[in-house]
Amino acid sequence: MIQVIAFYLFAALAILAGALTILSRNPVHSVLWLIVAFFNAAGLMVLCGAEFIAMLLVIVYVGAVAVLFLFVVMMLDIDFAELRAGFIRNFPLGMLLAVVLFVELFVGLIARGAGKLTLGKPDGSAAPLAHASNIEAIGTLLYTRYLFLFEAAGIILLVAMIGAIVLTHRQRSDVRGQNVSKQVARRPEEATRNVSPEVGKGVSL
Amino acid sequence: MIGIEHYVVVSSILFVLGVLGIFLNRKNVIVILMAIELILLAVNINLVAFSSFLGDLTGQIFAMFVLTVAAGEAAVGLAILVIYFRGRGTIAVDDVNRMKG
Repeated sequence: MIQVIAFYLFAALAILAGALTILSRNPVHSVLWLIVAFFNAAGLMVLCGAEFIAMLLVIVYVGAVAVLFLFVVMMLDIDFAELRAGFIRNFPLGMLLAVVLFVELFVGLIARGAGKLTLGKPDGSAAPLAHASNIEAIGTLLYTRYLFLFEAAGIILLVAMIGAIVLTHRQRSDVRGQNVSKQVARRPEEATRNVSPEVGKGVSL
Repeated sequence: MIGIEHYVVVSSILFVLGVLGIFLNRKNVIVILMAIELILLAVNINLVAFSSFLGDLTGQIFAMFVLTVAAGEAAVGLAILVIYFRGRGTIAVDDVNRMKG
């Protein structure tokens, strides 16, 4: 019973937060609603027994991606009112498209309810381990059968990181930075000189 | 009792909301990127729900990979957004095709 109540709570909040994400006037509010949607989706995943993915969702999405969005929204000085022009004009077409798309997705469920569609049967090779937690079962599968895909995911992250750095890095000419190699390469001969000035002439600097 | 249908309905509503978000905020790239995150979240809910109800962990593994790609996509997308804003002072997507130089 409590499971059913929790499901409807999480589902309703996730859908509400998703709707407010796309409808908010202020993008900062959009990001915050997106975070709410992620939390509730994580709750849904916990309910169906996938704790690891749920925690990953909270850590990766809320901890990294949403904060990244928040930084960018706050860093850029953008006139958001201007960007909302056309919102009302696009609304009827967008709603029509959304309803059509949802009905199409729903037809699949109706077909399953009528017995025209049956779910496939897994071959059992990736079944959850009997006496192990969700994390242990996922780890066992991930580091054996999906090892190369796991490495490929690491490479994708590396490429994304390098790409983001290369794109946004710029050499600024108005800021004086420390040039370490130049400092280390400096020798006494080129930094100092001996002079013997005549009496009363002094040294010109 | 909660069945697979409930999860599929929730995730399809979230998916449709993401598509609607792309349509409604056609000029604002930041909200478009957030709508794409919503779509990927819906896909993840679907993958995890089917994986759990069918007793096959492959869906959860692939949800992890979707998460990886979504994080990379958000990082590169926002980096492109930042340099685009630096160059033009706006993020209206109507004339992004000038980026080709």
